[in-house]
Amino acid sequence: MKRYSGIFVVVLLACAAGGWMFFGCVPDEKAPSQDTMQDEEDYIVIGLSQIGSESDWRNANTGSFRSEFTAENGYYLLFEDAQQKQENQLKAVRDLILQEVDYIILDPIVETGWDTVLMEAKDAGIPVILVDRQIVVEDEDLYTCWVGSDFREEGRRAGQWLADYLESQGRREEQIRIVTLQGTLDSSAQIGRTMGFQDVLSAHGNWEMLERRSGEFTQAKGQEVMRDLLQSHKEIDVLISENDNMTFGAIEAIESAGRTCGPDGDIIVISFDAVRTAIQFMQEGKINADFECNPLLGPKVSKIIEELEAGERVEKIQYIEEQYFDTSMDLEKILEERTY
Amino acid sequence: MKKKKFSLKDLTDTNLLLTITIVVFFLMYIGAILFQGGGFTKPQTFFNILNANAALIILSCGLSLVMITGGIDISVGGVTALISMCCAVYLDFHGGNVSTSLLMALGIGLAFGIFQGFLVAYLDIQPFIITLAGMFFARGLTTIVNTKPFNVANEAFTKLKLTRVIVPGMGAPNRRGVYVDAYVELGVVVAILVVIVMFCFLRWTKLGRSFYAVGGNHQSALMLGINVKRTRFISHVLCGLLAGIGGFVYFLHVGSGSAAHATGAEMDAIASSIIGGTMLTGGVGNIVGTFFGVLSLGTIQNIVSSAGLDEAWWSGITRAVMLCLFLVIQSVVMARKKKA
Repeated sequence: MKRYSGIFVVVLLACAAGGWMFFGCVPDEKAPSQDTMQDEEDYIVIGLSQIGSESDWRNANTGSFRSEFTAENGYYLLFEDAQQKQENQLKAVRDLILQEVDYIILDPIVETGWDTVLMEAKDAGIPVILVDRQIVVEDEDLYTCWVGSDFREEGRRAGQWLADYLESQGRREEQIRIVTLQGTLDSSAQIGRTMGFQDVLSAHGNWEMLERRSGEFTQAKGQEVMRDLLQSHKEIDVLISENDNMTFGAIEAIESAGRTCGPDGDIIVISFDAVRTAIQFMQEGKINADFECNPLLGPKVSKIIEELEAGERVEKIQYIEEQYFDTSMDLEKILEERTY
Repeated sequence: MKKKKFSLKDLTDTNLLLTITIVVFFLMYIGAILFQGGGFTKPQTFFNILNANAALIILSCGLSLVMITGGIDISVGGVTALISMCCAVYLDFHGGNVSTSLLMALGIGLAFGIFQGFLVAYLDIQPFIITLAGMFFARGLTTIVNTKPFNVANEAFTKLKLTRVIVPGMGAPNRRGVYVDAYVELGVVVAILVVIVMFCFLRWTKLGRSFYAVGGNHQSALMLGINVKRTRFISHVLCGLLAGIGGFVYFLHVGSGSAAHATGAEMDAIASSIIGGTMLTGGVGNIVGTFFGVLSLGTIQNIVSSAGLDEAWWSGITRAVMLCLFLVIQSVVMARKKKA
């Protein structure tokens, strides 16, 4: 008999493996089952194909969808993490089509290569809502709408804020020397923010852009480039940094060069993204103003879906509301409410 | 007495492990259909798993070959990335044609196989070290060829990429009730051909049988008059060739070049081979098992994402658990052998 005990264990393990795989993976009783056919009337099933979880911004973005599309709000959310690969996203969208979800939310990792799969979604009558990044397709009707940040507007508002700030400081007529740390060149955030600020810059004759250089959205590169800029330009009045990470690096460079920044320092620092750490820096008086890149797209997308459910037409391009923060505000309170 | 004839005791190790793999796969899939329903009831879900994993099936076949001879090859993922990048650059920047790019893919794969095989078999260097170096080399070379990821626009290629082989009678109505034919990509056809050819090769050719002999006990194999060095060399060459084919199939599936392509593919291939009943110690294994091993991993991923266990690491954990389970099963099988 002993000889068979080994075989018995094997069979048992195999059954356990099989059993665990499907019993273990069935969602708990409270969650609606996957069978969308049964629950179609009760829940709106949303399929979300997310790029990954590479940054705090992305996680806050995912979290926003997750807290919006809950069972209490009448939704059931299927989340697919593409782990930074387009082929995973293509498969995810195809799987969502097969599962007959009601809506697909897609945050496209790259701009091209979506025509076929979006055509399949269209044939299946599933509206696709793009978020965050944009795509290039031959037929714009392949997706319902796009929701995301208006980077150009962010840049424009930064310029406007600077004009107002200088006015309040009585430096309206003064010569103002500006340097810019640009993001990764050709990224939509870089292009938009640079162009937006340029719009305001060209309206002010006394503003002078000394140099624009790319810090590639990273802290290390931001520090390195800022160090060079401080060496090559003796007088710098304003630093525009196109994201917070570069700003952190630039502040290090400014301080190690023996210079000061912020409202009480000699360099005005304007940054973008407005993550928690940046607000803390602002509390310490090192950043003057920070323009938000809002990741909380969930509520807006849910509103669009409500409109679509009601049979209304929706705008093709929808920008998310974004705010800005500066040192005149109650930063303590802002920090408490800040989720990312 | 008759019952005893059917007992697992009479199966060879290879066949016993194969049976376990296939049983577990079917239990898992049937479980998914019964408990999750939704997309799993449609055959296209299964074909999508095949589409996404066609390249992995081919790579895993190559890995099984070297693992049966007691070796290992961890360069296949890097080689795949290199092939995609070279073919993409060749097609888009140098106006190449598809058939030449296929030859190029096979050439790269073969070159890696021959070089690594020579070092492993004739200079008797640890295969792990050699192929690790091969992996670094291939990954490094990929970024030298081109750093930026991009989608291939070559017309002949995209046409080939979009070619679908309709599977008759397996279609299902989509959300709108329109009947959609089930399809597989060309890569799947190639993968299945590879599985059949490799299965026949290992089962019925003298060289194929000597793979098992060398992996089982290479001293005995030597005494039997098998050319051990040549056999190990050929196993690496075949693995390289299959990496070439798999690399091109992968390229055909994703249609882009990127240094991040096929990250961890070699580990997935090793895991699939082990789940499919190939032993790391050599001498035991079956290509059909490998095929089901890949499908099992793919199915787990689908179950996990459609079960609402939405974080990407869940599929990692379930895969790891499954892998451990099969390693336990293997050692139990080995213990059984010793007892007998």
